[in-house]
Amino acid sequence: MTEEKGHREYAGRFRKSWAKLKRNKAALFGGALLVLYLFTALLAPVLYPGSPSALNLMISLEKPSRDHFLGTDELGRTILGRIIWGSRVSLLIALGVISVGLLLGVPLGLISGYYGGKIDFAIQRVTDMMLAFPGFLLALALVAVLGVGLKNTVISIGISMIPIYIRLVRGCVLSVKEQVYVEAARAVGSKDFRIIVRHILPNVMVPITVQTSLGMGTAILFAAGLGFLGLGVQPPNPEWGAMLGSGRAYLFNAPHVATFPGVAIFFAVLSFNLLGDGLRDALDPRFRI
Amino acid sequence: MKDQDKPLLTIEGLHTRFHTLDGIVNAVDGVDMVVYRGETLGLVGESGCGKSVTALSVLRLLACPPAEIRGTIRFQGVDLLGLSREGIRRVRGNAVSMIFQEPMTSLNPVLTIGEQIAESVRLHQKLPGQEAWRWAETMLQMVQIPNPRQRAKDYPHKLSGGMRQRAMIAMALSCNPQLIFADEPTTALDVTIQAQILNLMQDLKEEFHTSIVLITHDLGVIAEMASRVIVMYAGQVVEEAPVRELFKNPRHPYTQGLLASVPVMGKKAKMGRRLQEIPGVVPGPLETPGGCRFHPRCPKVMDRCRRESPGETVLGEHRRVRCWLAA
Repeated sequence: MTEEKGHREYAGRFRKSWAKLKRNKAALFGGALLVLYLFTALLAPVLYPGSPSALNLMISLEKPSRDHFLGTDELGRTILGRIIWGSRVSLLIALGVISVGLLLGVPLGLISGYYGGKIDFAIQRVTDMMLAFPGFLLALALVAVLGVGLKNTVISIGISMIPIYIRLVRGCVLSVKEQVYVEAARAVGSKDFRIIVRHILPNVMVPITVQTSLGMGTAILFAAGLGFLGLGVQPPNPEWGAMLGSGRAYLFNAPHVATFPGVAIFFAVLSFNLLGDGLRDALDPRFRI
Repeated sequence: MKDQDKPLLTIEGLHTRFHTLDGIVNAVDGVDMVVYRGETLGLVGESGCGKSVTALSVLRLLACPPAEIRGTIRFQGVDLLGLSREGIRRVRGNAVSMIFQEPMTSLNPVLTIGEQIAESVRLHQKLPGQEAWRWAETMLQMVQIPNPRQRAKDYPHKLSGGMRQRAMIAMALSCNPQLIFADEPTTALDVTIQAQILNLMQDLKEEFHTSIVLITHDLGVIAEMASRVIVMYAGQVVEEAPVRELFKNPRHPYTQGLLASVPVMGKKAKMGRRLQEIPGVVPGPLETPGGCRFHPRCPKVMDRCRRESPGETVLGEHRRVRCWLAA
């Protein structure tokens, strides 16, 4: 009974944000695009039942036609099929990267902001060091240490995302922890852990949500970048960045090989960014009417 | 009556200072006070005189550093300053709780009222979730919130200021504490709501036999609620007296000034009488004057006041004043 009402109240707030999001055409477009990508990834075996890595040198570098909707690459693999299966890889990477960033970045940010002092100093100096490198460079350096492949791509990009979350969460915690309700919680004898999880974390969820959406776009872009350089997911696994990279050699005689994976990357990143921007506007109480 | 004679809280030589970049701020400078069972003690003074810091020091809710608390604070014979972090946490909200000034900001916007009240019960009395929730509903009923079962499920933004303050009181009372610090509990409320809240606190105090330390700068509230009053100025106690005595015969020039600056209405009011004020402002925390701290603003200032700081003169039981005139 109590739970139900609680959910309804949350639902009320959710509806308000949803109404605002709905009015934002760009965000809606981003969201729809993302849903399309998600379905593509989930239904890949239905949409393209064959193997995306099956070679057929007889039909290499064919232009888009009725048989091969987006043409074929240098080894005669259907580009449409590889893009469809590639959406699985890209979304998987985005999910993995964000999980690494959230699972490590958010707790560290909470601890750093809440406790302050020496712990904060230590965490922030390490964060400073990590932020001194551009994110992609950091990911590149980590790949150089860890080696190539799907798992290492996720780990290295994920680690490069951690300092962003630490900074974001710490900043929010610094302002939330000064609120009287946090002091009130302390005054009734709540433990630090409970104060952090029950009183502070829910109040910093909005920026985390927005950063998560934006971060997924970045993750896909970084993964494609690593793939393009041959340092990410390795062939024959279909990965958009790697497809772009191998298509580069045929840019003049078969431009479609590089173009279509590029378009796929572009729209994937765009969808996350538009959705992230829309979420920020919809969830930020300052913009509330 | 026996109960009333036993001190519940004894504060001796409390010094709370903050180490800031600009220097050391002595927010509370040698405060002694006693709170008895079942009484309401008024703590009066202008903003920044150390009233709230005294309360926060007792519960050790100040971050140390920059704060530094020295002295002895005994609650039922237990030295609160000597307790471990875990020890003081068990006291907070359980035996000693606090009502904050701003009902608008002292409730967490993302948790329901019921959850926030149930939290301390769950914590201290180890009640399971369902029972704690039911207790929260009972508490809301006790503070006269209509339809408590519904209200418990509401988020703070749905409640008015007066309602929220009631919820805060319910939170403070939920573990049946022996002592409550009420830090300006009615300052942020409308006058009509103020009266309701004060009546409610008075009723609940009698029902639960709780002691209240009422921190306020509103002498009207003090006259209504307190049985004994402590007046603070610039981190020190300048006068202590039973409430009637204080209003009838204030001894410290500061107390006299405070009382004179309250507008008088009705028969006693004289036409054309200008409302009095205390000239000047409270000294900043870093510029405490030498000698008596009140001397730059005192209408009865003597040479001695500028040179030497007066000690406390005991005039009787619970009657003391820090002034050369009384010495």
